[in-house]
Amino acid sequence: MPDTVQFPMRFGSSSGQPVTRRDGIAKVTGTATFAADNAPANLLHAVYVSAAIARGTVTSMDVEAAKAHPGVVEVYTPDNVPPLPGDASSKPFMFAFRFEPLQDNSVRYANQPIALVLAETLEAATEGARLLAPKYAAETPRIGLDGNAPFEIEGGGFGLPGTTVHGDVEAGHAAAEASVDLTYETPEQYHNAMEMHAVVAEWDGDHVVLDVPSQALVMSCAAYGYYLGIPAENVTIRCPYLGGGFGSKAALNGPTVLAIHAARLIGRPVKLMLKRDQMFGPVFHRGATRQRVRIGVDGDARMTVLDHESLAVTSSFDDFIESAANASQGIYSAGALRSAHKGVRADVGTPGPMRAPGEASGSAALESAMDEMAEKAGIDPLEFRLRNYAETEPGSGKPYSSKALRECYAQGAERFGWSRRPLAPRQMTDENGMLVGWGMGTALFAAPMFAAKARAVIRPDGTGLVETAAADMGQGAWTVLAQIAADSLGLPLDMVEFRSGASTLPDAGVAGGSGHTATAGGALHAAGQDVVARLAEMATADPDSPLHGAGNATIVARDGRFWVEGDDSRSDGFADILARNGGAEIEGTGGANRPQEAGAAHAMYAHGAVFAEVKVDPDLFQTRVTRLVGAFAAGRIINPKLAESQLMGGMIWGLSFALHEEAKYDMRTGRVVNGDLAGYHVPVNADVKGLEVITVHEDDPYVNPLGIKGVGEIGITGTVGAIANAIWHATGTRIRRFPVRIEDLLAGSR
Amino acid sequence: MSLSISLTVNGDRCDVDLDDPRVTLLDLLRERMALPGTKKGCDRGQCGACTVLVNGRRINSCLTLAVTLNGAEVTTIEGLAAGEDLHPVQTAFIEHDGFQCGYCTPGQIMSAVGLIAEGQAGDDAERIREGMSGNLCRCSAYHGITEAVQDAARRMASADERKSA
Amino acid sequence: MKRFDYSRPASVAEALAAWQPGSAWLGGGTNLVDLMKTGAVMPDRLIDLAGIPGLEDIEVSDDGSARIGALVRNSDLAHDPAFAAAFPMVAEAILAGASGQLRNAATVGGNLMQRTRCAYFTDPSSACNKRVPGSGCAAVGGVNGTHAVLGWSDSCIATNPSDFAVPLAALGAVVSVEGSDGRREIPFSEFHRLPGKTPEIDTALDPGELIVGLRLPAGAAAFRGHSRYLKLRDRTSYAFALVSAAAALRMEGDTIAEARLALGAVAAKPWRAAEAEALLAGQSPSPELFTRAAEAATGGATPSGDNDHKIELARRIAARALTLAAAGTPARMPALPASVHGDNAHA
Ligand SMILES: Cc1cc2nc3c(=O)[nH]c(=O)nc-3n(C[C@H](O)[C@H](O)[C@H](O)COP(=O)(O)OP(=O)(O)OC[C@H]3O[C@@H](n4cnc5c(N)ncnc54)[C@H](O)[C@@H]3O)c2cc1C
Ligand code: SF4
Ligand code: FES
Ligand code: FES
Repeated sequence: MPDTVQFPMRFGSSSGQPVTRRDGIAKVTGTATFAADNAPANLLHAVYVSAAIARGTVTSMDVEAAKAHPGVVEVYTPDNVPPLPGDASSKPFMFAFRFEPLQDNSVRYANQPIALVLAETLEAATEGARLLAPKYAAETPRIGLDGNAPFEIEGGGFGLPGTTVHGDVEAGHAAAEASVDLTYETPEQYHNAMEMHAVVAEWDGDHVVLDVPSQALVMSCAAYGYYLGIPAENVTIRCPYLGGGFGSKAALNGPTVLAIHAARLIGRPVKLMLKRDQMFGPVFHRGATRQRVRIGVDGDARMTVLDHESLAVTSSFDDFIESAANASQGIYSAGALRSAHKGVRADVGTPGPMRAPGEASGSAALESAMDEMAEKAGIDPLEFRLRNYAETEPGSGKPYSSKALRECYAQGAERFGWSRRPLAPRQMTDENGMLVGWGMGTALFAAPMFAAKARAVIRPDGTGLVETAAADMGQGAWTVLAQIAADSLGLPLDMVEFRSGASTLPDAGVAGGSGHTATAGGALHAAGQDVVARLAEMATADPDSPLHGAGNATIVARDGRFWVEGDDSRSDGFADILARNGGAEIEGTGGANRPQEAGAAHAMYAHGAVFAEVKVDPDLFQTRVTRLVGAFAAGRIINPKLAESQLMGGMIWGLSFALHEEAKYDMRTGRVVNGDLAGYHVPVNADVKGLEVITVHEDDPYVNPLGIKGVGEIGITGTVGAIANAIWHATGTRIRRFPVRIEDLLAGSR
Repeated sequence: MSLSISLTVNGDRCDVDLDDPRVTLLDLLRERMALPGTKKGCDRGQCGACTVLVNGRRINSCLTLAVTLNGAEVTTIEGLAAGEDLHPVQTAFIEHDGFQCGYCTPGQIMSAVGLIAEGQAGDDAERIREGMSGNLCRCSAYHGITEAVQDAARRMASADERKSA
Repeated sequence: MKRFDYSRPASVAEALAAWQPGSAWLGGGTNLVDLMKTGAVMPDRLIDLAGIPGLEDIEVSDDGSARIGALVRNSDLAHDPAFAAAFPMVAEAILAGASGQLRNAATVGGNLMQRTRCAYFTDPSSACNKRVPGSGCAAVGGVNGTHAVLGWSDSCIATNPSDFAVPLAALGAVVSVEGSDGRREIPFSEFHRLPGKTPEIDTALDPGELIVGLRLPAGAAAFRGHSRYLKLRDRTSYAFALVSAAAALRMEGDTIAEARLALGAVAAKPWRAAEAEALLAGQSPSPELFTRAAEAATGGATPSGDNDHKIELARRIAARALTLAAAGTPARMPALPASVHGDNAHA
């Protein structure tokens, strides 16, 4: 990675620099404050009881025993919790998910909260919860893809992907000279951010201050306000840091609302942190899918049809269907395209968006199927993808706002050494006799933009202050957004103070969909431009300024001064201008939204190509990914160092999807049996080596004024398939169920 | 039953009146000593977020009962830097971007300090990966973590050489 | 966690005197405290062994034997240069288990006494004969892909999760225990118990007895040049074994003078394969021989659920461990945790 990356910027040069994280010192010294690190005076600790059945009713709990435990202050069960002011079974706004505020004794998924204990100490609350020892009347749970009858999805909308058809699918099938018809399964996966969901709630009358991890600070205030029956402005969220979110902290969840409710009922501040096993239920997950992918090709290996159907599990009481089949939209050119979805209801917590929702699962199946089709057509998998390269968005025919995928393929392949790959499987071994395989996949993720606002100030001393309620869950908002703001203000980064992470600041929208940098950054940029323009006007109107009469259009801001373009003799400092004009600070505001016209006229995606090398033990089938090279084109990269980290993180999530993650359900009880971090495997350090990221230059004049696409989610896509394909290339065995397990490879070899 | 213990935390001698033998070192630090830098990621020895040094060795504070620590010397993330001067491992984590959200980071850093002190991994990347595998990072900053530990191990080794020269 | 009393005796005698029913010995706490948190075990009283002097020594003798105190930390044993040189596969096994942090806390005695990782055992709301005798076994018919394929009974199909115990079984270690009736030694083969009808009893330790140490018999170090511990798992580190094997050969020229083989994670005890050992003795190493030995080692194995793959994998890992042992203990010590992908990389 070069130390300096040059990008054309009108102002300054912070963007494009691999600046180290501005929150780095706080994070390495333990002073970065996460929600549960707060401890207001008079605090009570909350622990809730999780249902040990997936369907049925709670018949009794030993409230007396719990209350008798020293330190226990209150026990909330359906018998004594006053109802929440807002209706938890309604869906009053777009990202609302139904939850259980202890209003009745029914259980609709395992680990549903069924009681809440408040105590003076965490130890007492924990034991109080255990002592409740609930008894149940259990009913047979419906679990998994076959636990219930599938249902058709009507309407579409958030969490309800419908069916999309372009062209004549039947004709596409009929025209195929060769085809594959393959079925893949992906399991339930749980976000498991390292920071469990937590809240510290402190009420003052009908105002509440929440320390809570949130991917959407301002939006969440309105949501909490709805359930708590108070106006949004009475809710303050403080969230300078999130210990990971990955989608699970974008929407409200039941346990958190319950703890806030309890704090109000008891009249004392309350802290709740979920236990790790409680993360497997009420705080969303990636729903399981079964996907059928049919591809047909003509004699030239050009796709006549790409037909992708997906069945996904959702809960019995709410809708969130993985939009897996949509992964086949927008990616390859094909005579006809179909993406179709069905749902199946199970007695599980409601799934929700999890890093690259829809795309991750869909890409896993699609990229595997592409490999199988290439194999059948007898051509190299990369060549197969190039032959079906989409020059315009398939289906819509819209031009791409930018698409450097060809360069991604080329640079990734070059770095990886792909041209040396033998076509047939089981051709390579290493010095220890391990089977070596190479596989690849295409990465794709939409480049959305949401709405955001920001405020920018130039202070009398010439320094800048910018504000927006962004969320930094690790993607680097504290740093990257400050870089954008610095450039927009014409100030060096160290002269810009960035305030964020509190709901009292202007709304930055949601940190999700890989659109936060573009959105919040766009708002900051606009706010910066606004204040700079005002200051420039002040200067050019000021007879004492060297810039007097120069006119706004000819001057540029750089290093805290305005300069007349091309005339180094005429400049004026921000502080000097303000000093001569009353000495007060000057303020600007700005907002961001997708430019309407460009949005309608262009297809906008980030693209990439991932190449994987795996080594597989020929007898024992232990698999290690030994190299993973990803080349990504995602518009302007504001901070290459942090973007690289994001992309690597995504690729490791892909590795995790391919080889590790799976919630195992006991079909008899509907409970997750491996619901902890020893049983639910995510990669450890030793699983990761040989990781390389290439960011491919891309100028995008349409996606937004800054030319930014997102890098947070795309890394998973492509990677899952690349690894699965590499495993086939090593072993000759196709595993169409994720994660690929030792026992599957063993069975496949026999 | 009185369970008073006396221990040293980040160089400060503390007398702790424990009213409850169930308190873990992790919860003692976080909930009773206002040292929330040490993090809880599982509370069951499965993630490493709670790693601290006890008598110079890295351990999981979530599985260590506070009552067992009479006389012990505990170092947490808050006690690693010498004032403004960061420990070489801390510096290396920043330079190599060995974290994203930062939640696992206190544990990673304490684990790395412990690992380097154990002297078994040196600057061998593969051994560092193994030695750091008791610390999960869901953001998956492993690439940077390994580089950071390798770099810090080298820097500390050469500083030691200079000292002994 | 249920409330408990805590004491910290200063000698073995004090510890034994402090014991009464409902007590539990506290070693490093990495298993006990965890299970107390889930509620799987609920002792009334913890007797902390850490204050007992004299149980922290490691002695390796010239006759190839060794004595290890019960309170030696797992990592200290693995990294003890003399011990690791004499018993390389024991060091390998220790380092293949848990994490650096856990091994720093875990004691030798606690490791041998660690409970099964059967998820239904850990969760008090599941039926489990081991936790509550007579309550049933939720693992039968449940999620049991990692459960036992040898020595199980209808009342319990759990495995012993210890890596450390596997090479100890192969080397014929002896556990030294002390109780109110004095000291006795328990051969390793008798230490861990198969479930039968009483799965609640894990070991031959009597209530109130304490492990004070561990002994490797004279000659155990004679295998040092040809011994390996190999572990197969679903991720590269920080994961329990799916299956594992400890293989040790005493070579005389090209001939196997004596062989030791034990399998891990296949039964409620580390599975010493005496028949396979007999078959290997006096032969010269060959792939066919090792395949036959591996067959013998897994003789009688039957799936206890959705886990027949473990039988084949156990067979294969036994053969591989023998192959690697025959090739010689790698020079580089301390070994990286045993690897199926070569000595300097693991996977
Ligand atoms: C996340 C995680 C992953 C792990 N992975 C592995 C792995 O891969 N491989 C592996 O082998 N192990 C693994 N372990 C288990 C670990 O090795 C054990 O927890 C540890 O060895 C137990 O030792 P301890 O001293 O902490 O025992 P403790 O927790 O103190 O005690 C365990 C049991 O032994 C009893 N006990 C302790 N000392 C004595 C004594 N001297 N005499 C009689 N009884 C005694 C206790 O009463 C208790 O019943 C893992 C543990 C965790 C938490
Ligand atoms: S296998 Fe044994 S430990 Fe597991 S549930 Fe059955 S009886 Fe309990
Ligand atoms: S919190 Fe201690 S290891 Fe996870
Ligand atoms: S930095 Fe987020 S979990 Fe490691």
